[in-house]
Amino acid sequence: MMGEEFVVLSLPPMLIGIFAAVACAIPGNFLLLRRQALIGDAISHVVLPGIVVAFLLTGVVAAWPMMLGAGAASLVAVALIEAIRRLGGIEPGAAMGVVFTAMFAGGVLLLEQSDTSSVHLDVEHALYGNLESLIWLDARGWGSLLDMAALRGLPPELPRMALTLAFVTVLTWVFWRPLKLSTFDEGFARTTGLPVGAIGLGLVVVAAIAAVAAFDAVGSIIVIAMFICPPAAARMMTNGLEAQVAWSVLFAVLSAILGYVLAGYGPLWLGFDDAVSAAGMIATVSGVILALAAVFGPYRHRSGARAEHA
Amino acid sequence: MELVTPETGTEDRALLEASPLAVRGLTVSYGEKPAVFSVDATFQPGVMTAIVGPNGAGKSTMLKAALGIVTPLSGRVTAWGAPLDKMRDRIAYVPQRASVDWDFPTRVLDVVMMGQYRQLGLLGRVRTEHMRTALHCLERVGMDGFADRQIGQLSGGQQQRVFLARALAQDADLYLLDEPFAGVDAATETAIISVLKALRDQGRTVVAVHHDLSTVPDYFDRVFVINTSKVAEGPVSEAFTRTNLQEAYGGRLAAAQMGALG
Amino acid sequence: MVWEALTLQLGYNATLVTLGAALLGMAAGATGTFLFLGKRALVSDAISHATLPGVALAFVVMVALGGDGRALPGLLAGSALSAAVGLLCVSGLTNRTRLSEDAAIGAVLSVFFGFGIVLLTVIQSMTAGRQAGLESFLLGSTAGMLLQDAVVIAAGGAVVLLLVVLLRRPMTMVAFDREFAAGAGMNVPRIELAMMGLALAITVVGLKIVGLILIVALLIIPAVAARFWTDRVGQVVILAGLIGGTSGYIGAALSATAPALPTGPIIVLVAFGLFTLSLFAAPNRGVMAALLRHRRFRARVHVRQGLLALAQAQPIYEGLTLRLMRRRGLIRADGVATDLGRIEAARALRDERRWQVLRSDPAHEEAAASYDGLTPLDDVLTPDQLAALDSGLRPKGVS
Repeated sequence: MMGEEFVVLSLPPMLIGIFAAVACAIPGNFLLLRRQALIGDAISHVVLPGIVVAFLLTGVVAAWPMMLGAGAASLVAVALIEAIRRLGGIEPGAAMGVVFTAMFAGGVLLLEQSDTSSVHLDVEHALYGNLESLIWLDARGWGSLLDMAALRGLPPELPRMALTLAFVTVLTWVFWRPLKLSTFDEGFARTTGLPVGAIGLGLVVVAAIAAVAAFDAVGSIIVIAMFICPPAAARMMTNGLEAQVAWSVLFAVLSAILGYVLAGYGPLWLGFDDAVSAAGMIATVSGVILALAAVFGPYRHRSGARAEHA
Repeated sequence: MELVTPETGTEDRALLEASPLAVRGLTVSYGEKPAVFSVDATFQPGVMTAIVGPNGAGKSTMLKAALGIVTPLSGRVTAWGAPLDKMRDRIAYVPQRASVDWDFPTRVLDVVMMGQYRQLGLLGRVRTEHMRTALHCLERVGMDGFADRQIGQLSGGQQQRVFLARALAQDADLYLLDEPFAGVDAATETAIISVLKALRDQGRTVVAVHHDLSTVPDYFDRVFVINTSKVAEGPVSEAFTRTNLQEAYGGRLAAAQMGALG
Repeated sequence: MVWEALTLQLGYNATLVTLGAALLGMAAGATGTFLFLGKRALVSDAISHATLPGVALAFVVMVALGGDGRALPGLLAGSALSAAVGLLCVSGLTNRTRLSEDAAIGAVLSVFFGFGIVLLTVIQSMTAGRQAGLESFLLGSTAGMLLQDAVVIAAGGAVVLLLVVLLRRPMTMVAFDREFAAGAGMNVPRIELAMMGLALAITVVGLKIVGLILIVALLIIPAVAARFWTDRVGQVVILAGLIGGTSGYIGAALSATAPALPTGPIIVLVAFGLFTLSLFAAPNRGVMAALLRHRRFRARVHVRQGLLALAQAQPIYEGLTLRLMRRRGLIRADGVATDLGRIEAARALRDERRWQVLRSDPAHEEAAASYDGLTPLDDVLTPDQLAALDSGLRPKGVS
C-alpha cells in the first residue's frame, strides 16, 4: 500500500483532499464564530451556475474559466443576499435560502438547455467531484518527488490547491488581529478605525476562493462539510481561538486522510470490489469527528452569555 | 463631511476645537421615527459628563452615531475640532457588555490587549511592555489574577471591568462609556467610578451613558439630558434640575429618583 | 403548447403532475411561512439534504428483501426516517452543545448528504450495469413518472395542506412569539415538532418532483415573497400558499412542454420571479416604496432641522439641507431666508416650544411619548388642548 502504487494512485488525491479540507476549515472558524456558517453552503450551491455560464461563454471545459465563473457567481450571490437582507429587511438565513436555490435552479436549467453531451459537465460532478481520478501517472515511486520531469506530470489540481491553501494561510496570518477583533466586538473594532465591513467582505471572498478552488478538485460536499464540521468540532475542544484553528486543521487533515482511505480500501476490506465516493466519505468522517466532539469534547457546553442582538 | 467650514461662526469654531467630542445637528433614525433628533452637544474637556434620559431616549444611539458605529441621517461630528477619523488614537470606547458574545474563545488578557491594536498594527510583535501594560490595566480595575481566565467564566461585573481595562489599554484622552454601571455589583461600581475619577484627575475626559439618576451628582461634573432631542447640557448644578428631568422623563420620573435632586 | 399545458390539455399524467405540483406548492408555501416567521427557514435545508441516506438505505433494504428497490412509498418512508434523524441531530447539537443552530444545520446537511453519496456509490456497484435511478432524487424528475407516483404526490400535498389549515392558529402563535405562546399554556415543543413534521412531509412528498436540493426553495421563497405584501400573519400564510401553488402549477405546466425544461428548477425560477416582483413592487414593504419613503423621510428631517436652525439664527452646514430648502423656496440661493422660509421657521420653532412645554407636563405623558422631532403637534392634540398649551407658553415669555 505504501509503494509505487500509492505514490501514483493515492498520494496526489490524498494531498489534494488535505489541502482542500484545510483551506476551507481555516476561514470556516471565523464564519462559525460570526454565525455565518451557512455562507459556505450558499457559495457551494452557486458554483454550478457559475461554471455553466463560464462554459457557455468560453465553450470549453477548462479549469480557469470555470473557477472564474464560480468565483463571480459566489460574489453575485453574496451581493444578492446582502441586498435582499438590507433592502427587504429579510433575515439572513431566509435571504440566503432564496438566493442560492434560485441560482442553483438557474444553473440546472442552463445546463439542460445547453449542449453539454460532448463535454464532461454535470451536476453530479459539481456536487461530489472526482477526487479518485486525480492520479499521477508519471510517478515511479517516492523518488519521483525529486524528479522534475515527473513532477510536471502531477495533476494540475495539486499545485493549484496548494497555492490556494498557502494564500488562505498567509492572509489569515497577516489579518489575524483585525479578524479576531472585529469578530469578537464589531462596535469596538469600528471605533479603533478598522474597516469592519471590508474585513467581513474579505473573509467571505477568501472563503469563496477556497470553495471555488476546492470544488474543482473535490466537489461541493467536501466544501460545505469542511467549512463547518472541523471548526465546529474544534470549538468543543478548546476555549482559545488559536488552539481552535489548530484543532480544526488537525480535524480537517484527519477527515481527508481517513475519508480517502476508508473510501478506497474500506469496501475492499469488507469484500466488495468497488471503492465508494471519497468526497462523500471525507464528509462522513468529518461528521463522525464532530459527533465525537459533541459527546466527549471537554468544552462542548457554552460558558458565556449570548450577545443580546445579532 | 467637511467639518469646520468657513461658515462656522468663530465662536462655535473655538468651542469645537476645545471640545474632545462635539456633534451638530445629529439625527439618527432606525426606521421612520428618529431615535435622536437634531442634537447639538459639546462635551467639555477634563471633566466627567453623564448622558441621561429615559429608556429609548437615544442615549446609546447618540454615542454610537458620534463614534460612527451607526450611520446618522444627518449631522456632523468633531473631535478636538477635527474629523473623528483623525482622532481615533485619542478615543477609547467601552461598549455595552451585552453587545458581544461572551462565549468567544479567548482569555481576559487577549481582550485587554485588543485595546493596543492601534499600537501593534497587523503584525507588530507583542513585547513584554505590551503585556506589562495590559496586566497593569487589569490591576487598575482590580482584575489582576484573572489574566488567563476564559472570558465566558466572568460575572457581569467582571466583564464590565475587563472592558474598562481594554479601554485603559487604549491610553486615550477621551473615554466614552455605554452604560458602564448597568447590571454590575456594588464593588464593581465603586471600582469603575474610582478609575474614571482618576482619569478625570489626570485631565482626561469621560463621557458615560448613565441610567441611575441618584448617583449623577456624586459621580459626574456635567450632565447632558436627552429625550430624542436635547433637553439640557451643563454643569450638574445647573442642568440637572427638576424642570429638565421632568421634560426628559415626563411621568416616568419616579419620586425616588427626584430625591437625588435634594 | 404553453397554453395547452396551462389549461391541462397535455394528457392525463401531465395534468396530474401539474395539479400535484400546485398542491405541493400551496402546502409548501403555507408551511414554510411558519418556519420563516420563526426565523428558522434554513432548517428545511438540513431536512432536505438529510433525506438522501434514507432514500439509499431504503433502496438497499427493499432490494435485500427481494423487492423492487425503486418503489416510491418505500423510498419516501426511508427518506422521512433519515430526515427525522437529521432533525434530531440539529436540535441535539443546538441544545446540548455550544454550537448555534446555523452551524448545526450546516453540519447535518453536509454530513448526511455526504453519507448519502457514499451509499449511492455503494448502490452503483451493487446494481452494476442496471441504473437504480436514485440520482433523480437530487434534482427531481417527472420524466417517466408512474401514475401512482403522481397520485402519492398529489394526495400527500393535499394532506399536508389540510393539516396546515387545521394547525394554523397554534403554529402562528408559536412562530410569532414562543414565550407568549408558552405563557398562554400551549405545548410549544409539540407545536414546533408539528411544524418540523409538516416541513419534513413537504420535503418527502416533493422529492420526486423538485428534488432534494431545490425543495427548500418551495419552503422559503413563497413565504419571503408573501411577507412583502402584508404584515398580518394569516394573510402571509394564505398568500405564500397562493404564490407556492402558482409556482408549482405554472412551473410544472411549462416543463411539460419540452424535455429540456426540468420541472424542479422551472418551479423554483417561477417562484423566484414572483419573489423578485414582490421585492420591488410590493406597496409599503417593497424596495421601491421603501426607498421613496426613506428619501421623503430624510428630506423631512433635513428641512425641519434647517428651519429650526433658521429660526434660531444658527448656521446651516449641510449641503443636502441647503439644497432641499432652496428647492422648496425656503431660502434664497445665497442662503438667506425667504418670506416663506421665515414663516415656516417660526412655525417649526413654535411647534418645538409647544412640544417642550407638553413634555414637561406629566398630564400629557401619553402624547409626549409620540415626540420624534418631526410630528407637528397639531396632529397629536385637539385645538382646545393646543389653546390650553399655548396659554401655558405665554407667561414664560417665549413667543
